[in-house]
Amino acid sequence: MAFREYKIGARMFGLALGGSMMITLYMPSLDIVKVGSTEYGVRKSLSFGRVGGFSLEDPFLRGWSKPKTVLLKKDPRTGAAMDPTYAYVYEPGVRFTSSIPHPRILGVGVKDLSLEKGHINEAREAEGAVFLVQEGRYEGKKYPYIENATATRNWTPDVVLSSVKDSDIQKIGSGKIMFVREGCWWCHTLLPEETQDWQVFGAPPALGDFNSETPTAFGSDRKAPDLLHIGSRNSSREWMMMHFFNPRLVQPHSIMPRFDYLWGEKDASGNRIDYDKWRADYNAYTAGERVYPPDVPVPAQDSDARMLIDFILSLK
Amino acid sequence: MFKYLFAKGDDIPRGTAAVYFGISSIIWFVIGTGLGSFNAAKLAFPDFVTGSEFFSFGHMRQVHVMAVIFGWISMAFAMAMMYITPALGNTKLWSEKLGVWNCFLWNVGLSLALCLLWAGISSGREYSDFPWFIDIYVLAFIGIPLGLNVWMTVIKRRTQGIYTTNWFFAGAVFMVWIVLFVGNLPEYFQLTGLTEAYLTWWFAHNVLGLWITPVAAAIAYYTVPKITGNPLYSHRIGHLHFWSVVVFYSTPAAHHLMSSPLPEWLKSFASVEGVLILVPAIAFVSNLILTMTGKWHYFVDNVETKFTMTGVLLAIPLNMQGGFQQTRAINWYIHGTGWIVAHAHLALLGFSTFLEASAVYYGLQTIMRRKLYSLALANFHFWFLLIGFCTYWISMTIAGLIQGAAKIYEVPYIDTVIAEHPYMIARWVGGTMVFTGNCVWLYNMWMTAREGTLIPEGRLPHELAYER
Ligand code: HEC
Repeated sequence: MAFREYKIGARMFGLALGGSMMITLYMPSLDIVKVGSTEYGVRKSLSFGRVGGFSLEDPFLRGWSKPKTVLLKKDPRTGAAMDPTYAYVYEPGVRFTSSIPHPRILGVGVKDLSLEKGHINEAREAEGAVFLVQEGRYEGKKYPYIENATATRNWTPDVVLSSVKDSDIQKIGSGKIMFVREGCWWCHTLLPEETQDWQVFGAPPALGDFNSETPTAFGSDRKAPDLLHIGSRNSSREWMMMHFFNPRLVQPHSIMPRFDYLWGEKDASGNRIDYDKWRADYNAYTAGERVYPPDVPVPAQDSDARMLIDFILSLK
Repeated sequence: MFKYLFAKGDDIPRGTAAVYFGISSIIWFVIGTGLGSFNAAKLAFPDFVTGSEFFSFGHMRQVHVMAVIFGWISMAFAMAMMYITPALGNTKLWSEKLGVWNCFLWNVGLSLALCLLWAGISSGREYSDFPWFIDIYVLAFIGIPLGLNVWMTVIKRRTQGIYTTNWFFAGAVFMVWIVLFVGNLPEYFQLTGLTEAYLTWWFAHNVLGLWITPVAAAIAYYTVPKITGNPLYSHRIGHLHFWSVVVFYSTPAAHHLMSSPLPEWLKSFASVEGVLILVPAIAFVSNLILTMTGKWHYFVDNVETKFTMTGVLLAIPLNMQGGFQQTRAINWYIHGTGWIVAHAHLALLGFSTFLEASAVYYGLQTIMRRKLYSLALANFHFWFLLIGFCTYWISMTIAGLIQGAAKIYEVPYIDTVIAEHPYMIARWVGGTMVFTGNCVWLYNMWMTAREGTLIPEGRLPHELAYER
């Protein structure tokens, strides 16, 4: 072995690189595992589902196997009125977000309450489950926790889904997939900066806002407004619809691409969307030959555009 | 190429793998910069080619990045390793056949991976965009065979010591294994939250710091002494460079996330280590500039030296930016703006591309034993690359400063978009010049392979006069 004369060098190399890995990987991980999830973080991860990018359950990034977020105004079993509450519905077979099988991710307090009062360990992917977010006390302090309503209240996914109107169902998890697939994060960030962004883009995220979320898709190159709180700045479905179909309809100077292809073949009322005609009309409008731009079709219930808008508006 | 995949090891001529890698890298460079120029056009004129997801900016941006990193830069590195490592060890490549297979699997895997990315099948993690099965492929069929070949060649060398370049090569191929494995752990094991965010940037930082920067520098340590005939100014400084890369460059990953909620100590530590990157940088640049003493006319006369030294000189602004822009005092202003895009191109298209180009120019001539077809075309390539790059760099730096100011004075975002428009056009012009230059290069190299003057045994390419 001709490396004999390099023995010291090789050992030094191991020491140097090992030391650097120790400081940059091991030590931060000690801090990061201690982070307890915030309520915002718990809600976000429950609505996103297991993975926001490529996964075996959704290999083509079509938004398969993702939970639905449902706004409940009455008890789905008894029909009694209740305060508006979000329920996170995982239909049978949909993969749970990682904190359900691995509650440790939630951090002290959140984990303990979710197990003791929330019974999340009784949830089974094969049967599906409905989760709620509650607040409780653990060792004298307040924490959010996850309640497995399928175990505690016998709310099964189909009971919950059939008790509400379609407009109260949001496909936020599938929308996050669209966000990643369509590369929105190459222009938009999901990370208001700690130093400068408070006024315009809102509060920067807290340490515990990301537990159980992957990918975080912060984005690094901001060619466009930060979107972490876009739902609070602008909650108009109509505006989003027009803006995604063709940003220049609402913002003539925008450099955002058109995402009209996310509408698919048919609109909400089942009519074919004639893109060529739309574009021709739009060109006539920009050339000054028409007074009004053509109408933007309403996206169908199961179109990618609908999912994306659900996701964007959920970013509060 | 295919005929050598199943040939007997001894029947494969020496340098075959290096030639394949060299030609592949140039082709990927043309593809990568072509995509870059197309993307830039879309940022200047958003309705240029619209209405299909395959020509949407969000689908193409990452294909450009991955094509230049894995196709151009890394394949040029592989080509450099396949001919410089044995040359410095006074031996032949450990396994030419493994090299040919490596090149074949690399091209196949990368084409597949880029098609998937183009279709939007991505992990959603910047720089580690490939889904996890591609990550495994990259490690198993690209990283490991390459590293194995380099290591075995170094071990089987017939020289007493190991020259600086080979320290870097052997160190970097080993470090990149670790980076590829650890950086993708979130995808293999479903790690979530801040761990995922941090590891994404840990990967991005270390691919640059432990792979691209040291290997590019190692090329200069070879080509400058080889062509000018001056010995390296100081091996000690070379070793200072090597060790400080291992110690300092591997630690500042968190400085990419300065304004995110990571532990404060980690950000401060990363920022200090980030300034210490100046140690390897200064060691590298000063060592090579001093090596050139008395031979600066090569900077004008000789294309390869022109490329090498331009790369070395571009390392000065690169590291000055790199060292300081990540400190809290400056980072708050420029984070997330075009400044960073400019800086990234200074690193990959400025500093490192010029060094790789010199290795590919020189290596292909040496192995094929053919003199470069045309000096004029090579100069055309050089100037188009340099002017195109500078146009890009300057316009994006200005755009970044505008964005920074807009961020602080909280102007409505759309005003920033309007103010940036002229610079987006300049960026597109610059990118297109780079692309044009590369097309010329591909032609020049093709003609060199076919019609370049034969270099007699015992002579080096730069010793012959140019004919065109
Ligand atoms: C080429 C870069 C680019 C891409 C890709 C892009 N956008 Fe944009 N986006 C912009 C720009 C520039 C603006 C600001 C001008 C405007 O309002 O259109 C913007 C504005 C927005 C706004 C309004 C923000 C506000 O503060 O009013 C939303 C919402 C939005 N984009 C969502 C998306 C989504 C979702 C995607 C992916 C499907 C996406 N964008 C992809 C550049 C981009």
